[in-house]
Amino acid sequence: MASAIEQPEIAAAAAAADPMLPALYSIQRVRQETDDTFTLELVPEDSHSSFGFRPGQFNMVYIFGVGEVPISISSDPGSLPMLKHTTREVGTVTRAMRQLKRGDVVGIRGPYGSCWPVAKAVERDVVIVAGGIGLAPLRPALYRLMAEREKFRKIVLLYGTRTPEDILYRQELEHWRGKFDLEIQVTVDRAASNWRGNVGVVTTLIPRAPFDPSNTFALVCGPEVMMRFTVMELEKRGVATERIYLSAERNMKCGIGFCGHCQLGAVFVCKDGPVFALNQIAAILGKSEI
Amino acid sequence: MIHTLEPIVEQHPFFLGMEERHIALIAGCAKNVRFESDQVIFHEGERADHFYLIRQGLVAVQCVIPNKGLTTVHTVGPDEVLGWSWLFAPHRFHFDGRAQQPTLALEFDGKCLRGKCDEDHDLGYEIYKRFTQIVTERLEATRMQLLDVYGKRD
Amino acid sequence: MTTEPVHAGGTVALEGEQLDRLITALSERKFEVLGPKLHDGAIVYDRLSSLNDLPSGWSDEQSPGKYRIKRGKGDALFGYVVGPHSWKKFLYPPVQRMWQAERNGKGLHILPNHDSAPSKFAFFGVRPCELSALAIQDKIFLGGPYVDPGYKARRENLFLVAVNCTQPGGNCFCASMNTGPKAVAGFDLALTELSQDGHRSFLVEIGTAAGAAMLSGIPHRPATDADKQLAERVLAHAARHMGRKLDTRDLKDLLYRNYEHPQWDKVAERCLSCANCTLVCPTCFCTTVEDSTDITGNHAERWRRWDSCFTVDFSYIHGGSVRATPRSRYRQWMVHKLAAWLDQFGVSGCVGCGRCITWCPVGIDITAEASAIRQSDQAKAPAEQGRESE
Repeated sequence: MASAIEQPEIAAAAAAADPMLPALYSIQRVRQETDDTFTLELVPEDSHSSFGFRPGQFNMVYIFGVGEVPISISSDPGSLPMLKHTTREVGTVTRAMRQLKRGDVVGIRGPYGSCWPVAKAVERDVVIVAGGIGLAPLRPALYRLMAEREKFRKIVLLYGTRTPEDILYRQELEHWRGKFDLEIQVTVDRAASNWRGNVGVVTTLIPRAPFDPSNTFALVCGPEVMMRFTVMELEKRGVATERIYLSAERNMKCGIGFCGHCQLGAVFVCKDGPVFALNQIAAILGKSEI
Repeated sequence: MIHTLEPIVEQHPFFLGMEERHIALIAGCAKNVRFESDQVIFHEGERADHFYLIRQGLVAVQCVIPNKGLTTVHTVGPDEVLGWSWLFAPHRFHFDGRAQQPTLALEFDGKCLRGKCDEDHDLGYEIYKRFTQIVTERLEATRMQLLDVYGKRD
Repeated sequence: MTTEPVHAGGTVALEGEQLDRLITALSERKFEVLGPKLHDGAIVYDRLSSLNDLPSGWSDEQSPGKYRIKRGKGDALFGYVVGPHSWKKFLYPPVQRMWQAERNGKGLHILPNHDSAPSKFAFFGVRPCELSALAIQDKIFLGGPYVDPGYKARRENLFLVAVNCTQPGGNCFCASMNTGPKAVAGFDLALTELSQDGHRSFLVEIGTAAGAAMLSGIPHRPATDADKQLAERVLAHAARHMGRKLDTRDLKDLLYRNYEHPQWDKVAERCLSCANCTLVCPTCFCTTVEDSTDITGNHAERWRRWDSCFTVDFSYIHGGSVRATPRSRYRQWMVHKLAAWLDQFGVSGCVGCGRCITWCPVGIDITAEASAIRQSDQAKAPAEQGRESE
């Protein structure tokens, strides 16, 4: 179907070879981010790797004999060939991943899928709304925005998570807040009294966040319910539907449109998404069991 | 001194679009207050005779949970309203309000304003309309909080 | 009789017994000839060594949830329609090993499958609806930015002998889907079986140069006007005698606007979520992958196998399945097949072969389900509402 979003070009070589064969990457480090979230830091075994990606894209990450799962890329596109994947321990594969040590080898296929419309947001305000681990696929977009900070107007990150202990990339956020002209507002669902920040869902930050709704691109990623409420608040604030982008999540077995698992109405999340312009999926957003 | 608060009240988003005479009545019930970090603004169970418009800082709405201590369920920041118990019987606070940062606010005498609302239903309608909006928004946010969308951790 | 060279686009006639020579010619050119064969009480697709392997004189009786073979009226070679198999099992096998991996210390290396000479298949007796199904799977595995190399290799070597349908089955509705009963494209050769006064012949349309080359050396004669008229007549008759029909007008939007139609609940009361419909469907393409290691833990394999959107696990993401109920899974399948497919691939995902109706253990009929929704469209298109109020 006609796609309204920036689609990365797929390298002809990558498409021609067997797309189901992974490339090998070795673990440099497994970094515990929060209680249940960690980041794999990977470098390619092949020193001539020409891997490149755009913010918002994902890889299929294979653990020897255990399985393969889609995980968004959360590293800086400017710091290749290092790749970082932040994920939560939620299933067999991610649990096995958590046990990996420096030097262990994993398989990587990708990058797959669509990307955040960073280029389109030039000369505009950008509001990034992240919920929980939804910050991970947005981090490469933040790197890009920071790398070319002068090209954009206001950049606002609204980040909601469960508790203060669940805040991802804390040091980096502090660093960015100090170094760049970046407004960061964090809120948590619940906190002990010693938390001096906001408590409340992330949508409560939207009405008063400092951006000009008539000239804003909104990039949203988080649990589906959170994204639906966020969209409502953004629209209430006056952000145009066609400038709201979401990243969707579905079961995936192949990443390239062959396995059928990631169908969401008339789109494949793996190749039409994961980043969608809201108007691509607005009609089915919030419908039960689609 | 009271007159100097009128422009502040008038320009506050919460009272935006209200008639001048109503602004004057409301401002007549207002005063500037300042809270230090950790200062308790009100306690659960106390008579709720005030509400606040936060101008700067952050106030936590808190509750004591046995074994967990003081837990923040919501925070109120700049341009937001703190407290609606003054408007609805039995006019008692259901939570603690505690400044999390040095906070500047307008404090309104709810008892006084309740009286004025009873006398002038046009004013009452405007006040109820605005507070109902806040209550609705908080209820929606609370429902979403209840969904616990970020997943279980234990 | 002649063995004069023939050309793509031409039409010739073969006497009945000469058809065997086509199988021989294909075998001589190293094709593995696959076609309909009677096996375990059903007509399936299997290896053919001669015309004698075909279920000559057999027919089939099909209705929702029912399939029986029976003796046909005459001794037609193609007097039946489609059975439980479809050709996808050869081009995209139900179970395929993707690759193997070996662990050495901390590292590992991936062993791609050995490039054995790719299979060279000749499909003998492909029905027009099945040609359409093939074209659909081509779009999926060859038409996007990524290509499935195994499918591509097998597809490129494929020789296609189509057979037009002169006797549609009880669950056939290709005429509704514009995929039959006559093949119009996508074949090397297309046959129409003609029988007159106990005499059997085949009208042969030549689709490609490869088809023409295969015919050279096989005795044939020019097709007469009488042959062509007879073929036209029997195919027109077939088109009028479809076992079912599906009204495809506005079908995509009809389904999109009826996501919450009560019919989904009704069908869910019957649907067993058994996945039969997806496995027999010639266009369904979903797969899953399985990883395993041997007992040493140093050798791993990755396999791909056919999967179905009717399984609960299919849509699992951390925390649960997106489509947890049979209602949502049936809806997903049917709306995908008849609506979303058009958005994704530009064609309907249904070719009207009727297999899903026949092989459904409880006889759910996709045409009846679509019609039930149409009968009580919950959210009529504005234009239609306008018409009603006039």
